[in-house]
Amino acid sequence: MNSLSRWTRRSRPLFSVYLPVMPFVFFALFPLYFMFITSFKKNAELYDVTAVPFLIGRGVTFGHYELLSRETLFWSWFLNSLMVSLAATVISVVLGVLAAYPLARLRFPGGDSFGVAIFITYLVPPSLLFLPLSTVVARLGLSDSLWALVVTYPTFLVPFCTWLLMGYFRTVPKEIEECAMLDGCNRLQTLIRILLPVAVPGVICAALFAFTLSWNEFLYALVFVSPAELKTLTVGVFSELIRGDVYYWGGLMAGACVGSFPIVIAYVFFLDYYVSGLTAGAVK
Amino acid sequence: MRLKTLDNGDVAKIAVRGDAHARALSDVLVSDTSVAYAFIAPAFFLLLFLVAYPFVLSVWFSLSDARIGETGAFIGFDNFQRLLSSAIFLQTLQNSIVFTALALGAKTVFGMALALLLYRIGRFKRLIRGAVLLPFIVPTALSTLVWWWMFEPLYSVVNWTLKSLHLVSHDIPWLPDPYLAMFTVILVNVWRGLPFFAITLLAGLVAIPKELYEAAESDGAGAVGRFWHVTIPLVKPVLAVVVLFSAIFTLGDFNIVYVLTKGGPMNMTHLFATYSFVLGLQGGQIGQGAAVSLFLFPILLIVVFIQLRMVRKATTYE
Repeated sequence: MNSLSRWTRRSRPLFSVYLPVMPFVFFALFPLYFMFITSFKKNAELYDVTAVPFLIGRGVTFGHYELLSRETLFWSWFLNSLMVSLAATVISVVLGVLAAYPLARLRFPGGDSFGVAIFITYLVPPSLLFLPLSTVVARLGLSDSLWALVVTYPTFLVPFCTWLLMGYFRTVPKEIEECAMLDGCNRLQTLIRILLPVAVPGVICAALFAFTLSWNEFLYALVFVSPAELKTLTVGVFSELIRGDVYYWGGLMAGACVGSFPIVIAYVFFLDYYVSGLTAGAVK
Repeated sequence: MRLKTLDNGDVAKIAVRGDAHARALSDVLVSDTSVAYAFIAPAFFLLLFLVAYPFVLSVWFSLSDARIGETGAFIGFDNFQRLLSSAIFLQTLQNSIVFTALALGAKTVFGMALALLLYRIGRFKRLIRGAVLLPFIVPTALSTLVWWWMFEPLYSVVNWTLKSLHLVSHDIPWLPDPYLAMFTVILVNVWRGLPFFAITLLAGLVAIPKELYEAAESDGAGAVGRFWHVTIPLVKPVLAVVVLFSAIFTLGDFNIVYVLTKGGPMNMTHLFATYSFVLGLQGGQIGQGAAVSLFLFPILLIVVFIQLRMVRKATTYE
């Protein structure tokens, strides 16, 4: 009797929490699992309507990855994505740190309005501005070059980084800064030597998000850059592996796997930063 | 206290003790106001030239007959009038409302349910949270490809499963059928957006003091009563922010629709973003395309207005 009641007490969360959460976990993970196994299936199995689709039944192949490497510019796209994302991240974090500091710390005319302006641009979806931006990019002579993306990605990254870092800077006590200024540091030195080391988690979080958003970006990359060898990974996989009516499903899935890989790795190592960055916009 | 009375001049004098290089810099950074402007300048000019200016340009385009490569002439509200009498645009408008309302509703209900479950999880907390957050992190354009493959007419894993379970006898035309296509597009949007709702609402749940639940329980409130009278009122501000935030980005969605259906079949899944892409870039009618995407602007304004009011309220009453 005693052991039975202990069993029911211990198993209650199993039925009220763990079992109900399973459908959600399945829903979240199944497409990614399916993407992964599809990329290793042989075409014969892939296009056999009678084969069980959930498992790899007739042996693993790396053929789709080979197709990707040999017959497409996949690794160029990978490199383009990497370069653009790194450059946009560095620019955005630097501009974000610089803008967040006075907004969090100093009182100056126009400060509140600029804060509101940052907030509004933070909410502007890229789909609102891609048409006029393509004209601006063309006038700057940046069409069909990766610079178009390096320059335009910060338009949605800087507001995000600024917003995030403002919150972090506000949590640092003012006193340590004032001590540093008394010791002869100016504002810039205080920011770099005193505030930034304390706000490292915020900077990491901003950088991770900026990198992820740049890596995942699709619309601007699709619109501003058209030569095949200059495409980013998200656009390249989508537009070059579908030729007319021919879909290279294995290749598409292989490309999607490799394209998701860097983000998933960063995510596994920095899960807590992602969670805090995700909730920063809504919960202070 | 002495710190407070120190004015900028003193700080500058103290700063001058550094080497000559630092002195030159500190002269620039003496006054707080000019420091603030100097720090903000790069971000300000970036947003001025690449957000504010394109926005003005967008308004101008929408009032002109601009085509790709031509500046166009002022034509007043012709573009808007033509759009409002175009069947495709009215369809797009209807799609946008249906898509946003259903996706937001589903994300709110299931996101809340998932948040409540995650809140009560003890073991494997990080593992499960990490798993459900994953769809939000991977590139949408790529993850939508696998959804396409899962709903592919001939080899759909969903149809295979339904047929194996003898729930249906023939293939369901997920993407060729207009209504099912809309369902599929919403499903993928919910798949991608659910983690954001769940994780943010979870943060809101964690912030509710435990004492309130204990007090409600000692007053005789059951689980349902506690949910309606403690959880909901206290998580409401977070919920409002999440819904407003997601409203903009759901309405402005491009990736999922463009990859999965390209707006078809028969324009039945077009949203503002995809239709403006088709009109403005593929059709070359920048004026009309800009007018379509500007329909996103009113909702943006409403959301900004409500959120700013909520932020002000929170700061005055806390």
